[in-house]
Amino acid sequence: MNFVLTIPKLPLDEWVEWIVAFLRGNVRWLFDGIRNGLNWVLGNSESFLSIGHPLVLLGLLVILAFVIVGWRMGLFTLLGFGYILNAGLWPEMVQTLSLVLTAEIFILLFGLPLGIWAGRNDRVHTMLRPVLDFLQTLPAFVYLIPAVMFFGIGMVPGAVATLIFAIAPLIRLTSLGIRQVPRDLVEASEAFGATELQKLFKVQLPVARTTIMAGVNQSIMLGLSMVIIAAMAGAQGLGREVLAAIQRVDVGNGFVAGLAVVILAIFLDRLTATFGEKKQTKA
Amino acid sequence: MEKIVVKNLYKIFGSRSKLARDLLEKGVSKKDIQEKTGAVVGVQNANFSIQNGEIFVIMGLSGSGKSTLQRLLNRLWEPTSGSILIDGKDITKLDKNSLRKVRREHFCGMVFQQFAILPHRTVLENVAFGLEIQGVAKEERFERAQKMIDVVGLSGNEQSYPTQLSGGMQQRVGLARALTVDADILLMDEAFSALDPLIRRDMQNELLELQQKMQKTIVFVTHDLDEALRLGDRIAIMKDGEIVQLGTAEEIIAKPANDYVKAFIQDIDRSEVYTAGSIMQEPREIAHSNDGPRTILRKMQRKGLSSIFMIDTERALVGRIDADPLAAYLKENSGDVAGKVPAELVEKTLPLSKETPLQEVMVKIQQVPGPLPVLDEKKHLVGVIVRGAIIAALSSHPETDETKGEDQ
Repeated sequence: MNFVLTIPKLPLDEWVEWIVAFLRGNVRWLFDGIRNGLNWVLGNSESFLSIGHPLVLLGLLVILAFVIVGWRMGLFTLLGFGYILNAGLWPEMVQTLSLVLTAEIFILLFGLPLGIWAGRNDRVHTMLRPVLDFLQTLPAFVYLIPAVMFFGIGMVPGAVATLIFAIAPLIRLTSLGIRQVPRDLVEASEAFGATELQKLFKVQLPVARTTIMAGVNQSIMLGLSMVIIAAMAGAQGLGREVLAAIQRVDVGNGFVAGLAVVILAIFLDRLTATFGEKKQTKA
Repeated sequence: MEKIVVKNLYKIFGSRSKLARDLLEKGVSKKDIQEKTGAVVGVQNANFSIQNGEIFVIMGLSGSGKSTLQRLLNRLWEPTSGSILIDGKDITKLDKNSLRKVRREHFCGMVFQQFAILPHRTVLENVAFGLEIQGVAKEERFERAQKMIDVVGLSGNEQSYPTQLSGGMQQRVGLARALTVDADILLMDEAFSALDPLIRRDMQNELLELQQKMQKTIVFVTHDLDEALRLGDRIAIMKDGEIVQLGTAEEIIAKPANDYVKAFIQDIDRSEVYTAGSIMQEPREIAHSNDGPRTILRKMQRKGLSSIFMIDTERALVGRIDADPLAAYLKENSGDVAGKVPAELVEKTLPLSKETPLQEVMVKIQQVPGPLPVLDEKKHLVGVIVRGAIIAALSSHPETDETKGEDQ
């Protein structure tokens, strides 16, 4: 065992630093572009969600919960978000919601095509699998450091870290859903002379719908779980309230902010989960 | 006319399939090939043709390559080598787009064992699926789908979802979906195997009825010999990727090509139990020797017969008269047909006795066209045997079999 101790340490840490420095020096324009784009989307979604009195958004959320899930969820939404408003955490809630939604938009934008590709192509599937394993097992904090280095402090590194952290389950479940479509269903469409696009949109995606929606749901939940970590990179919102409470050992405020995160989580979870099941119950 | 012609068709699974095929042609055994190259032989050197409007059954045990062979016909799976001619055109050389066109123009899609209908669509939307793929406008495809739904007896279930239907009904959806496309060739892969025996029998009968009207070219894969005998105009029996025998049901039962086929038909080999007397039917109509040609033709038309037996005043058999030549004769001599039927229109036939064993009946029925007469000891006509009756007798499970099963 001794020789392990005698050989010099592999300078992996230095290599990573070198790569990050190189990227910062040479493709700055790319990171600036991403940063500006994300900032724009974040800012717009936040100001869109803040149009008018908070009661407007509150009413909208209640109606959404009522129509899609049912009256119990509608009532829960009314009480839960009413409490957030009452606790004075409404602007923070809106910031967190817009962070999660923005991250989710990009997760869908990259995750769905990648998942579909992996679902239909074995080579892509085998190549992507270790990458996804790596993304999911790496501690979430680790994303934060390069994210801050590339994108500075604020909402953007939080959104980027959330995106990378939460994209894996969507890709995985989309690919799984497509692979689980019974082979004879696909063969049936091929035997009719279906094109690849017809096969995808008329057979594979509709049949895999429940599984894909489970992936969407999972990625939103993981995204929400990132809000406190994102707050460490300077992202505003409920996460920062929790973080501040931890630093000040302020149990009461920490609990209230934490509860607000839970209410938001339950709302988003029930909404997206019902979305996936909806048509299945009819069939 | 030949609809599908298959020549030297091979399908070998594995990355070194071409090498495996060359070894196979040199006579190396499949087991050695698999050890050497890792390739598995799916179909070995298939050569056959399928006639327009016939039900061609591919039969074999699981793993015999029957489904593989079927999937090669529309290139759902790529053949390793060989050619497949559809209406004389080789489809193995086609690129993706032309192949898609061939599938849309010549094939009704496929009917699968597990139905393979889309769970998120209603019956109507499922039946219209094939036309939707072809880009037929919504109104027209729903109209055509509705017609086919009525034909297969699903009326009233248009808006149901597949999970609300029984297995038999789901398979009707699968069948209707294929037939709605209205192309020439219908591929059916173990289509009735997942249904319970009574429903299966119904579906087989309905398929035969539909086939009477539609005259599709049907390639039907099954592992069930009874089903093969009932449905198949011709049957190809496969073993280990090879077609070991191809012929009509009678040919296969009368002259099994090898021990494998023999073992296969052993279960249904009731030919020793049956005699001509046990499967004959009452003649539905008889021509008398003093009937005029016009009368005889009318008799046949009324009963829907294509041939009839003539007896003399002693009730002894004279011979068989076929409808087509008789009708032609009447047309030619439209003025003067008052007399008897001319002797050249009365065909000789091979008479059987009630005791003739089925084995012999099957050999004889291939030697003459039309039904065979059964005579008693006084040479009186007591019954007729048509081709379908033999098959029905062989493929039905007599009560003795069932009671035997209960005793055990």
